[in-house]
Amino acid sequence: MAGVFEAVRVSEHVYWVGAIDWALRDFHGYSTARGTSYNAYLVVADKIALIDTVRAPFRDEMIARIRSVVQPERIDVIVSNHAEMDHSACLPHMVELARPERILASAKGVDALRQHLRLDGDIEAVKDGDRVSLGDVDLAFAMTPMLHWPESMVTYLPTDRVLFSQDGFGMHLASGQRFADEVDADVVWYETTKYFANILMPFSRQVAKLIERVRQLQPAVEVLATDHGPIWRKDLRAVIGRYTEWAEQKPTNKAVVVYDTMWGSTAKMAGAIAEGLIAGGARAKVMPLAGSSRSDVATEVLEAGALLVGSPTINNNIFPTVADVLTYLKGLKPQNIIGAAFGSYGWGGEAVKQIDELLGAMKVERVAEPVRYKYVPDEDALSACRSLGSAVAARLTQSCETSSQVSHTGGQ
Amino acid sequence: MTNWKCLACEYVYDPQVGDPESDIEPGTEFEDLPDDWVCPECGVGKGEFEPE
Repeated sequence: MAGVFEAVRVSEHVYWVGAIDWALRDFHGYSTARGTSYNAYLVVADKIALIDTVRAPFRDEMIARIRSVVQPERIDVIVSNHAEMDHSACLPHMVELARPERILASAKGVDALRQHLRLDGDIEAVKDGDRVSLGDVDLAFAMTPMLHWPESMVTYLPTDRVLFSQDGFGMHLASGQRFADEVDADVVWYETTKYFANILMPFSRQVAKLIERVRQLQPAVEVLATDHGPIWRKDLRAVIGRYTEWAEQKPTNKAVVVYDTMWGSTAKMAGAIAEGLIAGGARAKVMPLAGSSRSDVATEVLEAGALLVGSPTINNNIFPTVADVLTYLKGLKPQNIIGAAFGSYGWGGEAVKQIDELLGAMKVERVAEPVRYKYVPDEDALSACRSLGSAVAARLTQSCETSSQVSHTGGQ
Repeated sequence: MTNWKCLACEYVYDPQVGDPESDIEPGTEFEDLPDDWVCPECGVGKGEFEPE
């Protein structure tokens, strides 16, 4: 009789034995409307290896999927590509259960695992380029510091051409489909974009280096076995191509207008700016913060050429939701973006200048002075907002002329 | 000239190379880097660096 949870065959030696988190809606501040999966893999060769585990509450699901292939006690080697607890949480239990011959992580991974999990047992540090034999197959390791943690690494199985790419190329998506080619393309691309924007954007340089190494893998990689979401096994060039583009952070003709509003005045200004952007040929994505999560904003900013931020002033400061998203975006280090600040105010109006300074700290090139109006903007005021939009659109057309980049997302 | 290593991610600052992307010319000793200079790989401050 089949158990409730079963493994899914990925290649000759590889099985997916992870867990699907249908209910997750927030991943440390990243909104996950479609849930996620935590992907763990078995490599079944002369020796058996387990690559990564799952988030703590899903331990029994993972063990049940492992059991559908082999007795978990038979696992000989455990590999930890990443110490973050959505992948490492079950390591102590698996070490206890399987008493593996070897536990492998990067040098920094050894420390990270001890400091997260108080993991006992001998964890061996592997170095860049090391190979470990499972008898008839080998595992090869590549260190990928800051993709996206200092201790991060990836593992390659050359016989099957499977790269266990850890968080790279991943996405938060709970699905019964294990492979990306089985899922609606629009959904896959949106979630892949969102993942890059929120998790990997600050490490664009390191992404570019990783892609070079992936392109040089011998034999050439055929499967990207990610740690979240469906697995890539067809047309890898498409996702690798997107990653290359995103790592370059070339601006497109998309402008993101983010704002919050207390009585609708800043909203009116945002609307007028959008009219100017659209009339000027830019693709405008207007995001009222009452209806948008910070992670959705980041997703749109990834391919944006312009960022306009609006806020009312409350008690001499930026409206808190706007400060939230600006703090978040600052950490993501978006590059090659032009922008401006705007907002309505009552008496102090300090918020708009504060936004302008924050944009400066983010290395956003401000192409206009901050635009503020007292209380409710009149026709002239809104006309000036529209002109701001047109001016930004004109600058975008200029900078995109050479690269003719069109955004893949947003602007609807 | 002394190299300095980032304790967080092991990036090595080589004064002979500098950090041109952050407008730091080659030949700039670590001690002469601005106080707000950060590791180009992982973003931590000068306080997280050690001489190699």
